[in-house]
Formats: sequence, C-alpha cells, structure tokens
Amino acid sequence: MEEDVQAERGISRRTVELVVASIFLLLSVVAFYDNYTRGAGWASDGPQSGYFPARLAVIMFLGSVFTFWVALRAKTEMFVTYEQLIRISKVLIPLIIFTIGIEWLGIYLSSALFLALFMIWLGEFGVIRSCASAFAFVIVTFVIFEKWFQVPLPKGPVEALLGL
Amino acid sequence: MENLNDLLNGFYVALSFKNVGFMIIGVLLGIVVGVLPGLGGPNGVAILLPLTFGMEPVSAIILLSSLYWGALFGGAITSILFNIPGEAWSVATTFDGYPMAQQGRAAEALTAAFTASFIGAVAGVILITFVAPLIASFALKFGPAEYFAVFFLTFCSFIGLGKDNRSKILVSLCLGFLLAAVGLDSVSGELRMTFDNPQLLRGFDFLVVVIGLFGVSEILVTMEEGLAFKGKRAAIDLKVVLKTWAGLPKYWLTLVRSAVVGLWMGVTPGGAIAASFMGYGLAKRFSPKGNKFGTGEIEGVLAPETAAHAAGTAALLPMLALGIPGSATAAVLLGGLLIWGLQPGPLLFVEQKSFVWGLIASMYLGNIVGLIIVLATVPLFAAILRIPFSVVAPIILIICAIGAYTVRNSGFDIGQMVIFGIIGYIFKKLDYPIAPLVLAIVLGDRTEASFRQAILGYEGSLSVFWSNGLVGSLMVIALLLLFWPIVTEQITAFRRRLAGAPSGS
Amino acid sequence: MDIRGLTLVVSACALGMCGTAFAAWEPTKPIEIIVPFAPGGASDQMARAIQGAITKNNLTKAPVVVVNKPAAAGGEAMLEIKAAKGDAHKLLTTSSGLYMTPLSSKLPVSWRDFTPVALLAQDEFLLWTYNDAPYKTAGDLLAAAKSGQNIRIGGAGSKREDNLITWALGDESAAKITYIPYAGGGPTSVQLAGKHIEASTGNPSEEVASWRAGNARPLCLLSPKRMAYKEKITDTAAWSDIPTCGEQGIKFTYNMLRGMFMPGGVSNEQRDFYVDLFKKVQETAEWKEYLARNALLPDFRSGASFVEFLTADEQRHKDLMDKAGFLAK
Repeated sequence: MEEDVQAERGISRRTVELVVASIFLLLSVVAFYDNYTRGAGWASDGPQSGYFPARLAVIMFLGSVFTFWVALRAKTEMFVTYEQLIRISKVLIPLIIFTIGIEWLGIYLSSALFLALFMIWLGEFGVIRSCASAFAFVIVTFVIFEKWFQVPLPKGPVEALLGL
Repeated sequence: MENLNDLLNGFYVALSFKNVGFMIIGVLLGIVVGVLPGLGGPNGVAILLPLTFGMEPVSAIILLSSLYWGALFGGAITSILFNIPGEAWSVATTFDGYPMAQQGRAAEALTAAFTASFIGAVAGVILITFVAPLIASFALKFGPAEYFAVFFLTFCSFIGLGKDNRSKILVSLCLGFLLAAVGLDSVSGELRMTFDNPQLLRGFDFLVVVIGLFGVSEILVTMEEGLAFKGKRAAIDLKVVLKTWAGLPKYWLTLVRSAVVGLWMGVTPGGAIAASFMGYGLAKRFSPKGNKFGTGEIEGVLAPETAAHAAGTAALLPMLALGIPGSATAAVLLGGLLIWGLQPGPLLFVEQKSFVWGLIASMYLGNIVGLIIVLATVPLFAAILRIPFSVVAPIILIICAIGAYTVRNSGFDIGQMVIFGIIGYIFKKLDYPIAPLVLAIVLGDRTEASFRQAILGYEGSLSVFWSNGLVGSLMVIALLLLFWPIVTEQITAFRRRLAGAPSGS
Repeated sequence: MDIRGLTLVVSACALGMCGTAFAAWEPTKPIEIIVPFAPGGASDQMARAIQGAITKNNLTKAPVVVVNKPAAAGGEAMLEIKAAKGDAHKLLTTSSGLYMTPLSSKLPVSWRDFTPVALLAQDEFLLWTYNDAPYKTAGDLLAAAKSGQNIRIGGAGSKREDNLITWALGDESAAKITYIPYAGGGPTSVQLAGKHIEASTGNPSEEVASWRAGNARPLCLLSPKRMAYKEKITDTAAWSDIPTCGEQGIKFTYNMLRGMFMPGGVSNEQRDFYVDLFKKVQETAEWKEYLARNALLPDFRSGASFVEFLTADEQRHKDLMDKAGFLAK
C-alpha cells in the first residue's frame, strides 16, 4: 500500500492542511476586524454585539496557528491523487453547472438535464432510458412540490411557455 | 382516575372510521415531508393548514398532528440511507446510522430508529396524559439565564474535552459560532459580518449547511473511492425487524435516559434538535461502548431518535396546557387552533374536552399507525441502496438542492449548499470534526442571545447565572460534564498506577 | 440579466397585459403571498386567513400559495419583491417592518420600490403585565421604574415595534426601562407569564391565550381609541373594556399597518385586480372572523389614500427612530 501511495501523483495532505489553516487565519482576521470595529466591549447593560464573535475569532486564530504549525512539521502524506480528483470533478463540475443552470432554466429543466446526462455519461445507460427516467423523475417532483405541497420552486422559460 | 376515563372517550372520538383515515393520510404525507430535506414538519403543517379550515377541529388536528408524527419518523430515513438529515433533529442519527447502512445494516438501523422514535413519542404522550398541567407550569420557570444554562449543558454533554485534535475541535466550534452570528443580530438589531452584501444578510441557515456538509460531501467521498455505495447488500426482509427488536431490551438504560432528556427538553422548551444532540452525547459518554460511537453502534441511533421524539411530542404539552408553542410546529398548530375557533390555554381542557382528549388519543394511535407504516416500508427503503450509483447520486443531489432551496425559498442557498459540500469533504479528509461545527451553527445564535438577554435583565451583572437553584445546578452539571473526560482519564491513570501497569501514552 | 429581464417583461406582456385590452387582467398562474416572517407568526396567520377566505369562496381561479421568507427580519423578502419587478403573481404582506427594517439596517429597499395594493387592517398594541403584578395602570409601572426599580419590558426583536414603544414610554415619563428583545411574540408571552419580565407590549393575538389563562393581564391599549370588540374574552372582560393608555395619562399611541404590496412595474389593471380581490376578501365571513379573533382594527384603504397613509406613517417612524437612536449609522 505504502509503495502505491508513493508511486501515485497527487496533492499532499500537508499542502491542503496549510491552505485550509491559512484560510481560517484569514477568516478569523476578517471576522475580528468586523466585530472589533462595530464594538466588542462590555457595555453597562452587557456584552456588545461584537463581544463574543471577536473573542471566538481570536480563539480560531490561535487554533489555526497551532494547526498550521503542526502541519508544517508533519511528514507528508497523500491528500488526494490526481486520479481521485478527476473522479470527484466528474460529479462536482456538473453539480456546479446544474446549480448555475437553476438560475436560468429553472429547477425542473436543469434537474432533468443533470440526471439524464449523468446517467448517460457516468452510468453508461442508453439515451432513451436515461431521458425517460429523467423526465419521469421531474414530473413526479413537479407533482409533489407544486401540486401537493404547493411549494413553488424556481422556474424558467419552459414553464413560462407551458403556462405553469 | 378521571384522566383515564377522558382518555377512553378520546379513543372513542379518534377511532372513528374517518379519523383513522385522516391519521393514515397524515402519517404518509408526513413521511414524504420528513424524507425531503428542507421541507420540515412546520412547513408541512403550515402547507396543509388551509385545507383543514372546513374540517371539524378534531379531524383537522388529527390530520395535522399525524403529519407531524410522520415527519418525525421520516427524518431518519435519509439520514441513515444517504447521510442526509431530512430534519434538523435527525443530524445526530447520521453519526451511527449511516455507518450501519454502509456495513449493510440499513434495515437494522431503520428499525432501530423507528422503534426508538416510537418509544420516545409514547413517553411524551404518557407525560401529556397524566401530568400535563403540573409539568406545564415548570416551563414558565425558564428565563433567559436558564435557557443559556440548558444550551451550555448541551454543548458540554456533546463535546467535552476529548484527547485528540483539540485545536481542530476548537477551530470547528468557533467557525460554527461565527457562521451562526452572520446576519441580523436579534439582541442589538445590528448586522454582523455581512460586509454590506445582500446575500450574507440572510446569514447561514443550519439546514442548508448540514445538507451540504453531510449529503453533498458524502457523494464526493463516494466518487473519490469509485462509483459505488460502500454498503454491502444484506438480505432484506421483515425478519430483521424482529431480530432488531430482540436486541433492544439490553439498551433500556440508554432509552430511558434519552426519553427523560427528550421530555425535559421538549417541555422547557429546549427543543428536539438540542435534545437529539444531548441524547447522543450522553449515551456516548456513559455507554460502555461509548468509544465505538460513530462507527455504526445501534445505541448511537437509539439515543438521539428517542430523545428527539420525546422532545417533539412533549413540545405539544405547553401548547395545549398554556397556549405556549414549544416548537415551530407547535406554533403553526397553535395558529390552527385559533383558526378552527379554539382558544388554547388551560381552559381548553375544560371547554373542549372531547377535542383535547381526542387529540391525545390520536397521539397514541397516530404513532402506532406510523410505526406500522414505516416498519412495513423498511425493505422498500433499504432496497433503494440497490439502485446504481449513477442514478441515485444525481437524484440525491437534486433532492438536496430542492431541500436547500425550500428551507428559506432562496436560490442562493443552493450555491451555499455546494460550497459546504466541498468544505465537508475537506473537513473529513483532514480530520476536522464536523459535529461541533453543526452544533454551534444550530444553537450558537440562541445561546448567545439568551446569555445577553439574561445579562440585560440583570442590569449587566454576571451573577444571574447563579441567581437561583435551577440555573445554578444546570451550570454545575454542565461544567461537570465538560470536565468529565479529564476526570475519568485521571481515574483510569490512577488505577493503572495502582495496578502497577505501564501507563498508556 | 438585462436581456433576461426584457424577455420576462415581453412574456409577461404576451401572457397578461396585452390581453387586458379586451378583458380585465386575471392571474394566469398561482398567486404567491410572500410572508416576511416564519410560519405561525401574526403575518403568517393573516396570509393564511386570506388564503383560506379566497379559496373557500372561490374568489379567483388561480390557486393561492403562501411562501415564508423570514431571513433578516423580513429584509430578504423585501429585496426579492424589489427584484421581481413586473411580476404580477407575487404579493408581500407587510407590517411596520416595511420601514423599520431598512431604516435600522441600511437595507437598500423602501416601499416606494413596490406597488402599494391595500391596507387591510391595523394591528393594536397593548401594555401587558403578569397577573399578580402590583401594577394596576401603566402609570404604576412607570412610577415604579422612576423610583429606581428594575423594570424590564420584553418584546419581539430589536429596533422594531416593541422596542420603539418601550423607548417611547420611557422617554415620555423620563423613566429608565430596560427593553429585552426575544425571538418573537410567543416567547415574549411565555417570559411574561413566567415573571421574567415585568411587562410586554404584545399584540392582542400574542397575549390573548395568556390573558384567558390568567397568566397575564392588559394594563392599557396604545391606540387613540378603545377597541370595538364587546364579546367577553375572559369571564369578566372584553377587549372593549381595556382603557387606552391615553386615559391613564400617556400621550404616546401606536398602531401597526397590515397591508399588501406588489412588486414595482406592474400595470394598473393588475393592481386593480388585487384591490378588487381584497375588497371581496373584506366581505367574507372568514375575514371578519379573523379580525375579531385577533382584535384587529378594521381599516381598508387603497389607491391615493393608502399612499398618503404610508407617507405619513413612514415619516413618523423615521422621526421616532431617529430620536430613539435606532437609525443605522
């Protein structure tokens, strides 16, 4: 197993640890700045709105410094191999496109496309079977949300054309 | 006993053909509502409410409360199968329920969850039946200081000072608190950490974050390991139910403890969410198998489910007895009572006897109906795991997206969910604990608000937290729990030294 | 975004406005009533009462759905209505938060971004205390505060209606009163019943259960006139028996609008459809029941008289909030 890890190329855990700790350091500084400028003291009637967040930001800062330091000294391990990363992006990138698509196409059309393409591309199902399943799923979703529970979900131009 | 007589009359009302029908419809709808993340019990009840305007009050509340039971049951299903908490109070159920499903024990976990729910709910109803007015007034003793003490206790019972990764626990906890603080501060009315951004203005909703952290990140982890669920396919039939039941009696202590925690949190009203976390935390602390929690221990499913349901049911008690909503769902039902022309409050028990006792009887019956329905569907739900990953994954992601949207009807929340999915993935791989983050997001704001309300009412003095016996003892218990691991650590180290064995590192 | 906005307008025209040359406009898809607060609150109850009244009496062909958008004290819902320019299938229920939320949080939105449809009613506020409290009138309470006792008044939220009333009472009587903001009217009522605060400033609907149960009792009504509801609520008293605060020597009065708005940029025909719809709602038995149950002050206004009301009401809030120091810096 160990040899495998060495042979495969990827991102090292140490790098990710350092990046994540740095992001937390940055976040804690931003949070501290916002709360400190708004007032982080103890007024006559109790703590101000920034009192707790500012202190938590300091604790987070110290915790992240510690994590950073530990990560620096740790021996390097694999966080994720490039092969794994490609597999993840196969679902993550379509997911991001789907999310953006909701804004433009409405949730029903983009769900249908997402499901159908996912099945064709990754599941190697036939085109007709995939499209039929996607269509059926969207219809069921539509009936449950719009008709039964009367919860309006985001809609796009297709629904507008159909007058739904 | 007079109560028993009234209850029998109640059964007579609730057992009519029509009302049993409403019960079944309500439970089924509730399961759907509970399964779909985002569309929780309060939403489901609120959505159905207008349909009940023309109905008899008893039938209407039987329909709606059955929907509530259904939602309570349904929340566990996706938690166990896909690591997506269908309801906020089923987050703790994922901790052991999902690992069980991965080991091919989905049916066992579902049975345990449903049975535990039932036990919790029945404990709640029994409380309502016999001691309603007595207990209800206890809820009034809780001012902001007591609330703070309860939340503090929840944190202490759940987190404690563990041995590993202390800095990461701390960072995760602080991040949760900070995220919870983003948006409008309820005490000062100021905007915090929004940086004039209209999207940040709304803050981070607990459920959206959780759907991302748990559901979406799980899909990413699964993808990384290849295209399949890790779950082994075990034979699924109804025998599993009986086998699981046979193993339950030995966990009686966990069940009783969780039921008590749940009842107490429901009445006070700390709520089902806090109850589920506290139930899990205490079971982990005091169970002999505590160190195995998180790896698929059935006790880790029983504890939070019992507590959540006991709390969810007991939360109806202050509503009936005092007209105080103990939970969001109870608040909607309270609105319903008014619309049906009933005035909640202690007089309800006098003026509307058949209504109140019909409702209480329907709580017993609704939960029995619910248990039968969900148990019958265990094989069906467990069979979902047989569907190929390339079909289930996009469907899960779509349902997560819809769930994230429906929490607050906001499209931006879907984007937030994806971001938290990535964060969840990184957290898992780097061993940042997620539970403290989640707990801090759900209770952080309320904890801080009650702290500040308490101080405000006490003219800026901290002494409010030991101003009476109730709050004082809560604080002491909380601190004891916080330092419990250190105490036990010292005791075992001491014993080892006495035994002459080399001390562990 | 611009192109998309344009297509929306064009399609809206194709579906709706262009047809109005022949017949009055009618909704072509479900009408969404957006409630800027969580399910169960007073605004939510009003929206659902309207939904019930419309559905039961078949006042429109299109279904009516209620959507809760509670984030940021209603700020999100208002921003969304602002963004939904020209969408004639969205309505927004409003309370004083309509002015108070933007003023106290610098939110870039105002009712002038919307199309005012109608004022449906005004909500009352009362000063409540717990049942066995020593105070018989509002004057007793304020006198206690002046003598140095720690008088705490609880209410829903910060820099909102309850906070403003508490400030005004303290300001008028030169007494030091502590305001404690809770998450909503429900929790406030519990805190009062549990004697964790000395008084609260709830609406009738928020405290009626507690009043009937003997947990709380009203001191006075913060309206210029007594309420008209003569039906007994408790064994001895009706809403109309509660004295106004004016009768107890307090000048400050406060009422809160409960109104309906549409997004900006809709046609007059579309607005008139809803004005007409709400006029019909006013006539239904369900609505009258709703008013009585929540002891609301019936006050229907539309068109110019509603706009006049809004202008004056907004100015009053601005002045009061300025004096109270609630305006965003």
